[in-house]
Amino acid sequence: MARAISTRRKTVTTVVAWLVALIIFFPILYTIITSFKTEPEAIAGISLIPSGTFENYVEVQAQRDYFRPFLNSVVISLGSTLIALLISVPAAWSMAFSPGKRTKDILMWMLSTKMMPAVGVLVPMYLIFRDTGLLDTRTGLTIVLTLVNLPIVVWMLYTYFREIPGEILEAARMDGASTLKEIVYVLTPMAVPGIASTMLLNIILAWNESFWTIRLSAANAAPLTAFIASFSSPQGLFWAKLSAASTLAIAPILIMGWFSQKQLVRGLTFGAVK
Amino acid sequence: MATRQTRSLARLMLTPSVILLLIWMIVPLAMTLWYSFQNFNLLNPVMRSFAGFDNYRYFYTDPAFFESIANTLAIVVGVLLITVIGGILLALLLDQPIFGQGIVRILVISPFFVMPPVAALIWKNMIMHPGYGVLADVARSLGLQPVDWFAQYPLLSIIIIVSWQWLPFATLILLTALQSLDEEQKEAAEMDGANFFNRFRYLVLPHLARAITVVILIQTIFLLAVYAEILVTTNGGPGYATTNLAFLIYRTALLSYDIGGASAGGVIAVVLANIVAIFLMRAVGRNLER
Amino acid sequence: MGTIKLDDVTKSFGATVIIPKVDLEIEDGEFVVFVGPSGSGKSTLLRLIAGLEDVSGGKISIDGRDVTHVAPAKRGLAMVFQSYALYPHMSVYNNIGFPLKMAGEGRETIDKKVRDAARVLNLVDYLERRPGQLSGGQRQRVAIGRAIVRQPTAFLFDEPLSNLDAALRGTMRLEISELHHQLKTTMIYVTHDQVEAMTLADKIVVLNGGNVEQIGSPLELYRKPANLFVAGFIGSPRMNLIEGPAADAKAAQTIGVRPEHISVSKTAGDWMGTVGVAEHLGSDTFLHVQADGIGPLTVRADGEVGLAHGETVYLTPDQTKLHRFGADGRAL
Repeated sequence: MARAISTRRKTVTTVVAWLVALIIFFPILYTIITSFKTEPEAIAGISLIPSGTFENYVEVQAQRDYFRPFLNSVVISLGSTLIALLISVPAAWSMAFSPGKRTKDILMWMLSTKMMPAVGVLVPMYLIFRDTGLLDTRTGLTIVLTLVNLPIVVWMLYTYFREIPGEILEAARMDGASTLKEIVYVLTPMAVPGIASTMLLNIILAWNESFWTIRLSAANAAPLTAFIASFSSPQGLFWAKLSAASTLAIAPILIMGWFSQKQLVRGLTFGAVK
Repeated sequence: MATRQTRSLARLMLTPSVILLLIWMIVPLAMTLWYSFQNFNLLNPVMRSFAGFDNYRYFYTDPAFFESIANTLAIVVGVLLITVIGGILLALLLDQPIFGQGIVRILVISPFFVMPPVAALIWKNMIMHPGYGVLADVARSLGLQPVDWFAQYPLLSIIIIVSWQWLPFATLILLTALQSLDEEQKEAAEMDGANFFNRFRYLVLPHLARAITVVILIQTIFLLAVYAEILVTTNGGPGYATTNLAFLIYRTALLSYDIGGASAGGVIAVVLANIVAIFLMRAVGRNLER
Repeated sequence: MGTIKLDDVTKSFGATVIIPKVDLEIEDGEFVVFVGPSGSGKSTLLRLIAGLEDVSGGKISIDGRDVTHVAPAKRGLAMVFQSYALYPHMSVYNNIGFPLKMAGEGRETIDKKVRDAARVLNLVDYLERRPGQLSGGQRQRVAIGRAIVRQPTAFLFDEPLSNLDAALRGTMRLEISELHHQLKTTMIYVTHDQVEAMTLADKIVVLNGGNVEQIGSPLELYRKPANLFVAGFIGSPRMNLIEGPAADAKAAQTIGVRPEHISVSKTAGDWMGTVGVAEHLGSDTFLHVQADGIGPLTVRADGEVGLAHGETVYLTPDQTKLHRFGADGRAL
């Protein structure tokens, strides 16, 4: 009896949950579907079955040189993530394994730099970039995104490193490992999963960052965020092509995101929710 | 672990990130502060002079300023209300046994990974467009007059779009917190005769308090700075109806080339954000120590 | 060789003094146990010897060599940690071989030594497993294996058995004792459990509040506790400590008598009392007696003693095994 009731209840919640989930996912789904429609189909009312053309994808590349912003996005998000990791791993390591009296304060301070609104420093950043020739360069955007995400990277690594028991590092030291060997043989292998998750989340954040990337780039270094934003100017109804460009822009990160749900919670809440 | 060598090595390893962040925090901020007291327009860069508080007075007396503050608050509060309440409900739903739970989770979380310009354009063109949008099609099929969202309810439209982006985040965090609730506690409460609503009120909600605080803190940081969504949909209009503080500063700086005025706005934005930040960091700091 | 000498060693964290001053000499091949309640500084003292903490003052020498400022790896010591501290990403084989690899030993030497250690410790079938797939006792053995392959001048154990269940703890205690007899290497062992201390040690160092209360062989501590703290800490069940008229009669502030040194009679004796709870263990019975004018006493009686709750008994302490303590808590 009890089992029959619970199965029925599960069926009901399943239906409700799927319905809600599909509504939430619908805009993305519809974009993907539309990207395989022809332009007239795209504005001809709701239809979930496209004619299945790949022409939009070809057109986006041919007309707008899609590959260039895509490459910019890859270079900038990967570059800024790697640099941020290089700087953060030692910092997080030292705070996790040799905490001092000020460690908590430093961490909180780092978090607070993240709260400074970007617009507050838009003007000087724009002028600095203009005067140093960094405006509309991949280098410039990489630098800014490194700095913007540095606090999150440090925090996230810190929460991962803190879970590595200190006794294991002491054991390595007793076993005769030098600091270098300790890092190579013991710390790194244990820290790799945490570093990988941090990297994944940071690539997602950098890929989607839409203030600095739009404001500090033009035709040359524009990543996908700026590229897509440029579609907003009225130029006729090219929805199918817009959908194709959008699908390409979100697909890689969507897939990465699905794999990093758990790490996302931890990284974005600074370890406060696990 | 706590020997002298390791400690000085630790300090050395911490230094680069601290210095970088210090520069990143101080230099542009100092420059913003400096420019905010200058008459400085990029259209006429030779004519620079000390302006005193003129830029602030100008910014302060601009009717768009108060409208933008009100819009900023409306976006923050509106999105927080929708995402926190919606997130709690969704988290409770997804915490139930469901067939295909993994896929449902993936579907719900997806909007968070969509970059803001894409999200805004999808909604603007495919969903909310008065002529060809899905909502218009639905309205017509029901015999109703389609709503011209961005003309009739511009700010609400922005709030809906931004909420769609952040609802997954709130849901995911609250769901994670919910799943860490001890099963035995729930069972004990059931044995004690608490019904679903009592369990929610006295057991689940207090357990979620910390996660809710964290959601509010993090979202507020990002919501104060909503920018791309406005840029690609309404461009701040009609009039100033969807211009928030971030967008107003952008308009002043890069559309009117008024560096002094925009800097004054920047200082105001920093001050406002810090007030919120102090308030929230305290709440979170208290929560974190538990 | 494995002599360890501590001269005037002190340790403080900021203004908090953990160890005011310790002098200690450990002979080669000795099994020394540091015992004391939590916060007594016993673990800190071990970590100072290991080099995992810096001393605030004083000198530590191993085999006559001053190692006070020598890095832990260079002291030639091996340590077994409370949490075992096994490397989770390495197989048992690599865990045990790690110190040898760090020492730059060749592949064949490592293989031979690891397999030897595994044989001694009954780990041969588990060499390819990860620590996560082992039971508590097996992990403990891996940690010991990792320590013995180095052939260190001395072994340091930091509460190694406290994460094991009671039955396993007994077995591992025997194994560690057996290991000491085989290797004849100096061992320093930290525990809060006085039973472990009594059963394992050649020499016990009783610590309290960072101070050494007494150093001696298990039997010396049992027979001649230097003060009230040691008297109360060593021995199970605890020594009965009595103040008041009964102590005054012996010209002492406090007298102590162990539960096993009190004889029980139903008819006559020095002290009269009422039986409370009687714990029957089979071989022994522990009687909790409320003695008139003296207070609660624990008495160890015969396993077959037929006394029930509420009965009157007469108790007689063995006068030759009575301990007398002065007002300062020291033995008289």
